[in-house]
Amino acid sequence: MKKVGLIINPVAGMGGRVGLKGTDGVNILRKAIKLGAMKEAPRKALRGIERLLPIKDDIIILTCSGDMGEDQCKGLGFNVRVILESSGNTTSRETMIGASIMEEKKVELLIFVGGDGTARDIYKGVGNRIVTLGIPAGVKIHSPVYANTPEKAGDLALLYLKGENFVVKEEEVIDIDEEAFRKNEVRTRLFGYLKVPYKKEYLQNKKAPTPLKEEENQKAIALDIIDNMIDGVYYIIGPGTTTRAIMEGLNLPYTLLGVDIIKDKKLIKSDCSEKDILQIVSNSKSKLIITPTGGQGYLLGRGNQQISDKVIKKIEKENIYIISSNRKIVELGGKPLLIYTGDKDIDLMLEGYYRVKVGYGIDIMYRVSKG
Amino acid sequence: MKRIDRNHKVRNFHQAKWDEPIIFELSQKGERGILVPEAEEEIVNKVGDGVSSIPKAMRRKELPNLPEINQKRVLMHYLRLSQETLGGDFNVEIGQGTCTVKYNPKINDKLASTEKMTELHPLQDESTVQGILEIMYKTDLCMREISGMDQFTFQPGGGSQAIMTMASLVRMYHRINGEEDQRDEIITTIYSHPSDAAAPALKGYKIINIMPDENGYPDYEAFKKAVSERTAAFFVANPEDTGIFNPRIKEFTDLVTKAGGLNCYDQANANGLLGVTRAKEAGFHMCFFNLHKTFSTPHGCGGPGSGALGVVKELKPYLPKPIVDFNGEKYFLNYELENSIGKVRIFNGVPQAVLKAYAWIMSLGAEGLYEVGKIAVLNNNYLFKKLLEHKAVDAPYIRGKQRVEQVRYTLEKLTEDTGITSGDVARRVMDFGMHYWTSHHPYYIPEPITLEPTESTSKEDLDEYIATLHHIFDEAYENPEIIQGAPHRSTIHQVDESSFDDPEKWAPTWRVYLRKTK
Repeated sequence: MKKVGLIINPVAGMGGRVGLKGTDGVNILRKAIKLGAMKEAPRKALRGIERLLPIKDDIIILTCSGDMGEDQCKGLGFNVRVILESSGNTTSRETMIGASIMEEKKVELLIFVGGDGTARDIYKGVGNRIVTLGIPAGVKIHSPVYANTPEKAGDLALLYLKGENFVVKEEEVIDIDEEAFRKNEVRTRLFGYLKVPYKKEYLQNKKAPTPLKEEENQKAIALDIIDNMIDGVYYIIGPGTTTRAIMEGLNLPYTLLGVDIIKDKKLIKSDCSEKDILQIVSNSKSKLIITPTGGQGYLLGRGNQQISDKVIKKIEKENIYIISSNRKIVELGGKPLLIYTGDKDIDLMLEGYYRVKVGYGIDIMYRVSKG
Repeated sequence: MKRIDRNHKVRNFHQAKWDEPIIFELSQKGERGILVPEAEEEIVNKVGDGVSSIPKAMRRKELPNLPEINQKRVLMHYLRLSQETLGGDFNVEIGQGTCTVKYNPKINDKLASTEKMTELHPLQDESTVQGILEIMYKTDLCMREISGMDQFTFQPGGGSQAIMTMASLVRMYHRINGEEDQRDEIITTIYSHPSDAAAPALKGYKIINIMPDENGYPDYEAFKKAVSERTAAFFVANPEDTGIFNPRIKEFTDLVTKAGGLNCYDQANANGLLGVTRAKEAGFHMCFFNLHKTFSTPHGCGGPGSGALGVVKELKPYLPKPIVDFNGEKYFLNYELENSIGKVRIFNGVPQAVLKAYAWIMSLGAEGLYEVGKIAVLNNNYLFKKLLEHKAVDAPYIRGKQRVEQVRYTLEKLTEDTGITSGDVARRVMDFGMHYWTSHHPYYIPEPITLEPTESTSKEDLDEYIATLHHIFDEAYENPEIIQGAPHRSTIHQVDESSFDDPEKWAPTWRVYLRKTK
C-alpha cells in the first residue's frame, strides 16, 4: 500500500476574504477570525483529495489530527493514520514537524494545502528531499509548487501515484513580506526549493515550455559562463538553480541558497557571508553572477542579502553578470527585473539596461529597476 | 437522395481511420520492387563488375537494411499516408502562423512539370539552358524592383538557409574589412523568427535579443545600448510575428550603419508589404524572400523551396557563386565574384520554384502584387476583429490599431477560465478538418496562436475558420472534457510529448529505433 502524506493548514486563506492579504502570524489570524473569516482550506482540500478516491484502497494517508487532514480523509473513507496530534491552533511549527515525520515514514508524495507561508513551512520540514505537491488554498500563491486548482492538484497526484512516467522538478518556494504587502508594497523573496511532480498543464506558472528544456537551458548558460571565465578573477556565485548549474558544470560543491566564491575554476569558499564577500571584492578583481527569483524577478535584496549594498559599491556595475532561464524572462511579461539593496542611491545607480544571459552565446537586453 | 446541408459553418471532419505502419515494418525478406538485370558480359568485360573499382576500405561489408517491398505495396503505402495527412489543399490553411501558406496555382505546377523542366540537368552547357537562365535572370529583376536591392541569388533552398547565407555574407564582409574579430555580435528581436538568432549563432556570433516595448515595437532604448563597435549586423523581421510593423525601422538601421554594421532583413513576413515598402528605403543592405511562401510556389515538408536573397551593389562580390547574368546577347553563370562566400547549396537553387514564382509574378503584374498585399491585410484584419469578439481571445500590444498580415493571439484568458490551453484547442480543430500551430517557443506571448490568412482565403473560408474557433471556445466553457480528449476523429489521438526533450528516446533512423527498442 502506498503511503501518501497530507497536511492541511486549515487557517490558510482566511485572511484573504476579510482583506488581510495573508494569514501569517497569530495576531493576524485572530484579527481575521474577529472579522468573521471562515476556514477555506479544509473545503479546498476536500475538492483536491477526493480525486484520489479511484485508488483509495491502494493508498494509506498519513496525516495530522482534526482539520489538519484527519477529518477530511475519514469523511471521504480513506485509510488514515494520524502521525501528529494537532494542538487545535495550527502553527507553522506543527506543519514543519508533521512534514518531517512524513519524510521519516517515507511517504511517496506529500500533499499540502495552503499558501506561500505553508510551502515555506513544508520546505523547512523536508527541504527538497521528498516529492511534494501543493493544493492552493492560501491568499498568496507565488510559489509554483502549487497546482492551478485543487482539482488539478488531485488529478496530478492521482497520475503520479498511479505510477505514470513523471519528471520531478525543483520549484521555487517564494513568499512575500506580508508586512510590506499590507502597505501595498509587493516584495517577493526566495526561501528554497521543493520537489514537485511536473506536468505542464497542471501547475502554476506554466507559460514555459517543458521542464527539461529549463534544465538544458540552465546547463547551456552555465557552459557559456565557464567557457568565458578569466584566470585569476574571483567569481561570486549568487543563490539559485540557474547559478547552481555553473557549480555543477565545474563539479564543485554548492550552496543552493547561499553565495559561493570560485577562482580559476576552483572553490575558494562556500556559503559566504557579506564579510567574506567584502574581503574578496575589496582586494581583488571579481565578478558577480546573479539570477532573478521567479515571479517578480528580484535580482538583489530578496534571498541574497549577503550581496549587500556595500558589496555592490565595491564590485561596480560592469562586473555584475545577470543570467536567467528563458522561462523566468517569459514570466515577467515585460516587467523589469528588480533590485532592492536598501540603499536608494545604489539602487538608482544599478538601474538601466543589462545584457541578461539566457543561453550559450545568447543575451537579452533587459531593463533593471529599483524595486 | 440525401442532400448535404451546408448552411452551418462548422464542418465535421473525419480523418482516415488507420495507422499506416512505417515502411520498414512492411518489409518482407526477399520481396522486390524492381529486379535489376545482370549486366551483360560484354559490359562486364569492359568496365568490370562495378564494385571492384571502389577502394576496398570504402566498400560496405553488409547489405544495407532497406525495406524489401514490391511496387504495388509501396504505392498503397504512400497513398494511405497521403490520406492520413491534413494537406494544405483541403483545409482552410491559415494556421501555419509565421509561414505564409497560400494557394499555389496548379497551372504553375504544370509549367514546372513539362519535359523542358523535368529533363534538364544542372550540368548542361549554358548554351542549352538559355530558357531557364532567362527566367532566373528576369525573376532576379522582378525581385530587385520589389525590394530595391541590386542583385539576387536563388541558391539558398529556404528561408533559414537564406538567413545562414546572410550571416556568412556578414562574416566575409567584416573579414575583408579587417574587422572580423572585433565584430562578434548580432542583434535581433524577440519576435523576429528564431532562425534570425539561430543561424548567426551557428556561424559563431554572440546574439543579443531586443525585447518589445509596451506597444510591441522593439525597445529602441535597449537597441541603442546594444549597438556598438562590436556589432556585426542587425537581423530583423518587420513586421514581426505579432503582425506589428515597426515604423521607426530606419532609425534602427541608421544606428547600425553608423556603427559600421550591416542590416539584414528577414522578409518572410512580406506578404502584406508587396508594393508598399521596400528594404532599400528602410536602410537594409540585404534581404531575403521565400518564393515558396510569399510568391506562391508550394510550401511543404522543407522543400523544394527557394530563399531568394538580395543585396545592395557593394555586397554583390560577396554572393555565393555563380549568379545568373546577361551580357546583352546571352545568359550565363557568372563566377566572377571576387569575395564570394562560395557555394551554399549544390548547383543553382531550385529552378522549378523560381519558374513558378516568375509565372505568378508575371500573371499579377505590379498592380496585382500590390492588390495581393492589400487583400492579405484586409483578410487578416477581418479575422482579427471577428476573433476578438470572443472573450477567450486577446492580442497584446497596440490595441485598437490594425495589424499587417498576421496576428499572434493569446488564449491566456481561456486557459485561466477553463484550463484549456492553446495546445488543446490546436488538437480539437483537427476534428473540424483544420489545423493551427501554437508557434515558437519560448512562449513570450502566453498560450499563443499565430494566424495568417493571406490573400487566397475567401470570406466564406474565413467565416468557417472563425465559426469553428468560436465553437471550440464555447465548448471550452461548457464542455471542456471534449477538448481535453481531442482529437476524436484522427488516427492518432494524443501524442505523449514527455520524451521530446530526452535524446535517449529519439530515434531519427530505423537502425536507431531497432537498437533502442530491441
